[in-house]
Formats: sequence, structure tokens, C-alpha cells
Amino acid sequence: MAENLSIQKAQSATAKSSAGSEFTISRRTFVQSLGAGLAITVTEAISWGQRRGGRGGAQGGGMPVVARLHLNEDGTIAVMSGKVEEGQGARTELSQAAAEELQVPFDRIRIVMADTDFVPDDGITAGSRTTPGNVPPMRQAAATARELLTRFAARRWQVEPNTLEVRDGTVTNKATNQKLTYADLATSKEIAEAFKQPIESNIALTAVSDWKVMGSSAARMNWRDIVTGTHCFPSDIVRPNMLYGRVLRPPAYGAVLESIDLSAAKAMKDVVVVQESGFVGFAAPTLFQATAAMEAAAKTASWKPGPPSPSSKTVHAYLKEHARMGSPSEKGFADAAKTLTATYTLAYIQHTPMEPRAAVAEWDGDKLTVWAGCDGPYRVKGDLMRLFDLPAERVRAIVPDMGGGFGGKHNPDAALEAARLAKAAGKPVWIRWTRAEEFTWAYFRPAAVIECKGGLDAKGKLVAWDFVNINAGGAAVDTPYNIANKRCQSVGSDSPLAQGAYRCLAATGNNFARESFMDELAAVAGADPLEFRLAHLENQRIRTVLETAAKHFNWSERKKKITPELGVGLACGTEKNSVVAACVEVGIDRKKGEIRVREVCEAFEPGPIINPANLTSQVQGCIVMGLGGALTEEIQFENGKILNASFADYHVPRFRDIPKIDVHLVNKTDIPSAGGGETPIIAVAPAIGNAVFAATGVRLRAMPMRGDALRQA
Amino acid sequence: MDVTITLTVNGVARTVTTDPQRPLLDVLREDLHLTGTKYGCGEGHCGACTVLMDGKPARSCVVPVSLADKKSIITIEGLAKGDSLHPVQEAFLAEGAIQCGYCTPGMILSAVALLQDKSNPTDEEIVAGMNGNICRCNGYVKIMNAVRRAAGKVRR
Repeated sequence: MAENLSIQKAQSATAKSSAGSEFTISRRTFVQSLGAGLAITVTEAISWGQRRGGRGGAQGGGMPVVARLHLNEDGTIAVMSGKVEEGQGARTELSQAAAEELQVPFDRIRIVMADTDFVPDDGITAGSRTTPGNVPPMRQAAATARELLTRFAARRWQVEPNTLEVRDGTVTNKATNQKLTYADLATSKEIAEAFKQPIESNIALTAVSDWKVMGSSAARMNWRDIVTGTHCFPSDIVRPNMLYGRVLRPPAYGAVLESIDLSAAKAMKDVVVVQESGFVGFAAPTLFQATAAMEAAAKTASWKPGPPSPSSKTVHAYLKEHARMGSPSEKGFADAAKTLTATYTLAYIQHTPMEPRAAVAEWDGDKLTVWAGCDGPYRVKGDLMRLFDLPAERVRAIVPDMGGGFGGKHNPDAALEAARLAKAAGKPVWIRWTRAEEFTWAYFRPAAVIECKGGLDAKGKLVAWDFVNINAGGAAVDTPYNIANKRCQSVGSDSPLAQGAYRCLAATGNNFARESFMDELAAVAGADPLEFRLAHLENQRIRTVLETAAKHFNWSERKKKITPELGVGLACGTEKNSVVAACVEVGIDRKKGEIRVREVCEAFEPGPIINPANLTSQVQGCIVMGLGGALTEEIQFENGKILNASFADYHVPRFRDIPKIDVHLVNKTDIPSAGGGETPIIAVAPAIGNAVFAATGVRLRAMPMRGDALRQA
Repeated sequence: MDVTITLTVNGVARTVTTDPQRPLLDVLREDLHLTGTKYGCGEGHCGACTVLMDGKPARSCVVPVSLADKKSIITIEGLAKGDSLHPVQEAFLAEGAIQCGYCTPGMILSAVALLQDKSNPTDEEIVAGMNGNICRCNGYVKIMNAVRRAAGKVRR
């Protein structure tokens, strides 16, 4: 898509406003394929000024530009974003944001994403940050363009700007019926002179109640290409004379290559072999040949095994032994009438995006271009610059809209491998990890041990709370419930496997443990799970989704119909400034040891909803992905080997596993929009566990929750 | 060791001289530059590589190209007639049954095969027919709706 785009860098002049915020207004001097025109850049200073709450800032710091917009002479408008489209809908959402503030039809926007030659450094695409971090500056850039058009017209017509309004990309003088468009603005010779003065940063954004494009289910932009097979995912990039690459992998974690005989591989026709500092790679005109060369060499390899490491059966004890933590809090427990403790665990799991890691690298002299399936284009670029000691202007990283990520594609492994092989081969090289490589060598969602302790007073009120997550992280570790004495913490440990981000990461495990344990406490207190939560919950947003889910599920009636074979449960939570609650019904076959989720009713509120259809897809996807982690997904390993690196042995949700799903989106318009692709996952597992308990009285404290435990009970 | 394979792909006769053990998927993508067919697992477990071979769904990642000799293959690129999309493609667009879209070609071809076999499937038959296809964005709800719509069975 982006390979034919070539825009010469704009000569820019920076103006500082009295408020200390900055806009860079650039006169386009020469543009090839987007047409000549005007560029508007929003700097970090402006975006910070626009942010209300939240953590703000792209990852990694030092990235001043947060939005770019080009008004072209032909009337088209291009917006630039360093974010990556991986199925979550960022391409469409950012285009909606620009169209809304420009007051142009949605289809007038052309968005360029994740190409380091054109887009700002927006860090990695993660943490539900695109909506709160990138939509506001994109709107700010677009609103500035709209304001420029208004002032341009006012100046030319000698009228007050506040008498003019931009509609459908055109500003009209009602008295004279004169019209001016963004194309006129882009081609104006007066513009640079007219707007030498600073542009203030407080241009009003369109109120949620006036949204026309935002708030609508605008159709995703490249779907026709997807259904016809013409969209090029990273693994679909083909370059002239391209070779296909494979990389030798160790037989187990920690194994070190001692010796290898590469002569057989080197003797194969048209095969390129690279061995340098532990990296051994092969490239050939077909993937089949590259694989044959790798397998021939692998037979001769001698490996020194790594140090002893735990297996998936012993890992939780290992993590606890290696936990870096202090002594538990005793405060408040002395006054408690009843104290309850429980230990919850999480398994390592894999993201398994349908498209494994992939990259194509191409050297043109000492300039390197890489197409990569990685969610941080500037991370790809930076790692390549370091690996080959190249200056920034000689490396270009492009991320075509890719086949899923879920937090699993932060690292540009495949890009580095392809670039090494391409350099040696003198030809472009394509790499795409096999499914087994993806299962084995991609980083994992961390395993965890979560220790919970709660104290109830004589009236059944929760008065003391101690909650420690070992190894999985601090997302949503704090409790949203009101408890007089509490300690909530996350401590590190020694992970035997490479671990990293995941959809909502630790929030899933923390919420599983907390919401399951809240149910345990409710049972001890003799309270209804819904009433017990509401009694300890002041957060109105959580109360709203909890009550919404309970109402649509008909909680109060259905909990009366619980049998040993049929349970209902609920859970709620908050993370990334959005709130969620779920009610579920499970069917249980104790003879077979089976848990079957029959229905999930979930309410989700992320602030003002930007695209309801897309958000519904995200919530449905989170619910179903959550079923996998809740019930079946678990990496099994022993002696540094992954034992189930296949879709045959690692069960992800399939059509047969899908329950009735009922999604209720709550549109709260008086706060900023939060991202919606992660938080809806966190209520699924605890609601299932609570439903199983309601039916059977058996508390399942390990994710995944195996039905085997019920068979024995 | 190379052999010459003659096959029809999307209605066009093609001849490939290659190692007979190469997966049909690799030949489609690397030799014929039809990259719409995706690799998902290489073991026939996920359905991303589904094509129609003589009208039947086939996992092209586990079909040696020698078995495609004299066969007629339809890939995602061959489903539309000019600008006119196949009803299943139309249904996926209408239902918004796409997130990242990587599983979509295989999903669409599996659905085409299912509906050729059973023009009016029950939900159970849709589940049975589609269960070999994995979507990791987990967009199964809308994909079910798309298959129902394509079968003229959308419930409103």
C-alpha cells in the first residue's frame, strides 16, 4: 500500500503560542503522490494540553509529533498515524476523528499508518492507548484545519470568523454565496503570510452531542480487499527476486549451539546460509528449499542444554519461591470476625494471532526497508538501526495492516532475522514464523500465583484485604471496592519462559482472583454475590454496568433456578479507564468433567463510543478470547521444551465453543473516550468460576479452570 | 526430482514444475503469486489455507502439490465474478464479520463449501461445517451471522 507513496519532507516553521503550546504549520513545497498542499502537525505540547486525565504520552518518551494532517490541492485530505491496524479498528476510528473535526465526509480521508517515512512516532500499539492518546490530537489537528479554513475565508471576505461555518468541507458566505474549500486553502498563496501568527491550542472540538461521523458505525476501510484476498498482510509482501527464509531454533529454552555442520545446506542449489553470533539462517527461492536446508543442518547441530528449569506442573511453586516480596500486611485482620485466605494461579498462555510473525527485508545499497508484522514501526526501525549501525534516514519500517496481535507482537524478531538474511543474500528475504515457532519462541502471557486474604466483620462487611500478584504484573491489582484496610501489590519473580504483554495482561488474572475471592467472601458472609459487591462499591460507573448486566440477564430470577448441573455467576471490574460486568450461565456435566458456558451477558462502558459496530466486535472478541484463557488454554512445558506447540494440542475457542452472547454497550458522554479492545476480557473468567461454584460448591482457583476437578468432587 | 503439475486455478490453466512434495499453499503463494490464501498452522488445524479443490474444501497447507495435478482450484481471488462479489463475500461485508481479516479468506471458502453442500443449514450444521476454521480475533458471532445471511436465514 504505502510503498509507492513518496512525500518530500515539508520545510517547517514552528510557532509558539503564548500558552506555551506549539503548532508546526508547514508550507508544502513539493509533494509527489499525495499532491501538493498544506501540512498541519500537532506536537506533543498541544496533545498534552488536550489530555484530560489518563497517563498520556506514547511509550518510550521523546516523541514530540502526535498527529499529522495534509490538506492536498486536489481536495483529498491525508492523515498520518504511527499506530498499527491489527484488526482492532484504529484505521477507521482515527479517520472518523479527522472527518468529524474537518466536517468532511468520511470517505474523503486517506490515512497513512505505520510507515516511518511518513508518520509520527506513536510508540507501540498497545494498552488501549490509541483512543485516549491519539484520537484527541488527531481531532485537534483536524479542528485546526477547520479553523484555518474559517479564518482564511473571513480574511478574504472581510467578515467575522464566527459568522462562518464549515459544512461538508466547504465554508460559505451566506450573504454572497461565495464558497471556499480545503483545496482552496491548500492552493492559497496567501496562507503562509496570513498565518504567521501562532495558532492557539484551545480550538473547540466538536461536542459529543454534535458528533456525526464519530459515534457512527462507519464501515471499516479495507474490507473489500480482505474478502477478495487482495489486501497484503505482512506475510503477503512479495518483492522482486525475493528469497524465503528460515532460522535455526534451539531444541529447548536456554540451549546453546556448540557446533553445526553447514556444508550440506551450503551445497544445496540457490541456498544462502548465514551464521553469525548464535544466529543461523537459511534463504532460498522457495520456503520448501529453505526448510530443507535448515533441516539438513539441524541434524548435525550439537546443543549444550540450558540450566534446569521448572515444568508447567511445578511452575507455580517455583514462582512463589522466587517471588520478590515483603511480609504480608496484618493491619485490619486483628479486628476481623472471619478471615479467609486463598491462592489462585494462572498458566502461561500464547496469543496465537492467526498471522504469525512475518517480515520482508530489502537492502538498496546501504538503505534498508522492512515490512514487518510488529505493532511498533519505530521499534522495528530503532532495532534495525542498532543491529546494523545505521542512521535514521537509511532505515524505513512499514507495518501493513496485520493479522492480529493481542499484545503479542511488540518485538520485531522476524524483521531482524529477515534483514540479516537479506544482507547476506543481496536479495530481499521473506520470513514468516511457523505456528510451532510462534507457540514456542514468541513471548507468553505470564503465569502467576495470586495470594488473597480477606477479613469480614461480624455484620459481613469486608474490612481488611491483602492481595499479592506474583509474576504477572500490576494491571488492575488495586481493588475497586471500599475496604478500610487494604494492601494490593504486584511482585516480580523469575519466569522460566519469555513473557510479555497480552490483551489486558495482568488485569485478567487479577480480576479473576479478586472477583472469584469476592464471591468466596460473599458466600462466607451469606450474601448474594450482586448485593455483596454493590454494598462495597461506590464507583458509580461499575455499579451501572453491574446493574445493567444483571438486569438484562435477569440475575435475581435466574439465581433461584441454580441446580448442580446449571450455574449462574457474575463479575465486574475496571481497567484502562473503562468498566465492565458480566453474567454467565454454565452447564456442568460432572460425569464427563465438562464445563460448558451457555450464555454470557456483558455490559461495557468506555466513555463516549466512537464506533458502536466496531466496539461490539471488540467486546464479542474479548468475551470469546476470554473463554480460552478461562477454560482451555495452557502452555505445557518441561525441561525447556514446549509440549503442546500446535492448535491440535492447545485448544483455542472455536465455533463449537461459542455461547449465546449478549453485549450491552453503555455510552457515557461526559468523560473522554477510553479504548475498548481489552477490558471486556477481564470479567469472563471469574463469572464462569463463580457460576461453577454456584452450581457445584466447588471453587476453581486455577486458570484455565479444568472440569476434571468437578469429576473428582 | 521436480515434476510438472497441470492444474486449473480460478478458471485459468496453469503449469508448474516443482518438487511434488511442496504444499499446494506454497505453490499458490510463491509460484502463482496468489497470496490471498493464508498460512495459519501448516497442519490443517485452523482452516486459514482453505481452497476449493474440484469443488470440495481442502486445506492447502497439507495438500502436496502433486495431489492437485489435473485438479481445479478456486482460491479467494477467484470467487468474485468481475466486480460482482460472491454472496458469501457480500454477507461478510454486510455483517461486518471481519476484524483483522487474516482468517477471512479461509472462512469464506469454508462457508461457500458448506452452503454448496447444504443450502439452508441449521445453526448446528453451520457450527459443524465451520468448526475447523479458527478466528483469533474471536469474531465468531458475526461470522455465524454472515453465514446465516448468505443462506438467506438471517434472523432480525
